[in-house]
Amino acid sequence: MNCAITNTMKVYLDYAATSPLDPQVLEAMLPYFKEKFGNASSIHSWGQEAREAVDEARETAANFLNCGTQEIIFTSCATESNNLALKGVTESTGKVPHLIVSPIEHHCVLDAAKHLEETGAAEVTWLPVDQYGLVDPGDVEKSIKENTILASVMFVNNEVGTVEPIAEIGRMLKKEPKVYFHTDAVQAIQYLDCDVQELGVDLLSMSAHKFYGPKGVGALYIKKGTSITRQQDGGGQEHGMRAGTENVAGIVGLGRAIELVVNSQSQTVNRVRNLRDRLIGGVLQIPDVKLTGHSEKRAPHIASFMVAGAEGESILLMLNEEGIAGSSGSACTSGILEPSHVLTAMGISPELSHGSLRLSLGKQTTEDEIDYVLEKLPPIIEGLRKMAPK
Amino acid sequence: MSQFYSDKVLEHFKNPRNIGSIPEGDDVGIGQIGNPVCGDIMKIFIKVGKRDGVEYVEDVKVQTLGCGAAIATSSMATEMIKGKPLAEAEELTNQAVVEALDGLPEVKKHCSALAAQAIKAAIEDYRGKC
Repeated sequence: MNCAITNTMKVYLDYAATSPLDPQVLEAMLPYFKEKFGNASSIHSWGQEAREAVDEARETAANFLNCGTQEIIFTSCATESNNLALKGVTESTGKVPHLIVSPIEHHCVLDAAKHLEETGAAEVTWLPVDQYGLVDPGDVEKSIKENTILASVMFVNNEVGTVEPIAEIGRMLKKEPKVYFHTDAVQAIQYLDCDVQELGVDLLSMSAHKFYGPKGVGALYIKKGTSITRQQDGGGQEHGMRAGTENVAGIVGLGRAIELVVNSQSQTVNRVRNLRDRLIGGVLQIPDVKLTGHSEKRAPHIASFMVAGAEGESILLMLNEEGIAGSSGSACTSGILEPSHVLTAMGISPELSHGSLRLSLGKQTTEDEIDYVLEKLPPIIEGLRKMAPK
Repeated sequence: MSQFYSDKVLEHFKNPRNIGSIPEGDDVGIGQIGNPVCGDIMKIFIKVGKRDGVEYVEDVKVQTLGCGAAIATSSMATEMIKGKPLAEAEELTNQAVVEALDGLPEVKKHCSALAAQAIKAAIEDYRGKC
């Protein structure tokens, strides 16, 4: 998606933040904003038309995850899915339960767990991670206590791209039937096998806008028999697990976006991985730049770095001047003036995470775009380093 | 205001004034301040001259490792004290720098403090040499 504006290319490398709606997804959604506007709970033909569309999307999601349609709950986003998973499972137990949570989760998991901890609703064990951000399944096992009810480890870390050993943790937890296993799979849907039977998870969260679907719709897989209390009260929608009139157009969009992922996954994965490797190889040619996250156990679309002697937000602003979009985990970009909790958990000092840079690719990324970034980035870093105190 | 940074901040960020250093000397003061909150570092060099018996900022240079706001405030603050009597430069406030930049996002206001502190530290360093 490069369009020429004077001599500047526009290069979007922030797909891990959000992706553009696929035109085929939009096309599938449009009738549900217009003529097919019915409420899926209504008995008349308008309602039944909407109900059918929701059911169809649910079947698509269920096939994709290899689960039953009764096990899919549509939500408003992954943040809601993750809150429902952690808070819902916690609330469903009588006494104060114990949760095991990785320290590199997205803020919505992290803060939901902290909230439960701070309000005395749950005890939380925060897992360690290694320098690549990897969770050791052995640490999950060691953390299990009498009252443990849930372990939550994300599938792909959104900041550094490290792929966590979910299937391995899932296998280990098979021996612990009273411990549910939740994974936030937001960054994994497009690129990794999300078969919940293979992964051995009881709960899995996703969000449509990360894979060319619309914003405002997500899903939570809840394995049949999981004890969980709904967090949004009201009507009986979503098998009684999530009250509120269905976002029919959004749900249709999520379903269509999953279909497109299924149809193109094999080609997309290799193409994006090759481009990512071209990008990583080129960026690492710049002196004093290091890769963050694991070099092999890494999602195909995420390249992340620490740039010594240049600050992340400044790099982003300069890249933006060249028409390039990226993101950073530096304290200056966080809005709360704290360095990324992910980089900190990986043992990276605040000085180094000050120069954090993430570039995330998507199915529209081209080789020309990567080469353009590789041409523009080195002088930007050099320029910022020249300005810095020696 | 819908954009994160004002046009003025972006303009100073893209074309920062007074970047560089001044060699050590009796008429030079150097102040370096690190921001413990976000990790930014700013180093200000002032060269003091005398005009009608009054000390003034004859030249000023700055080196900054930091975000857009930190770089823009370095640039604006140095512009604001260049040529000014030392006593006046010393009185430069965060608020004055923020206003000159047409405002800073709330979360970035601490960056302006860095510039004012580094200027004060440079003046103190110079005075220590007299």
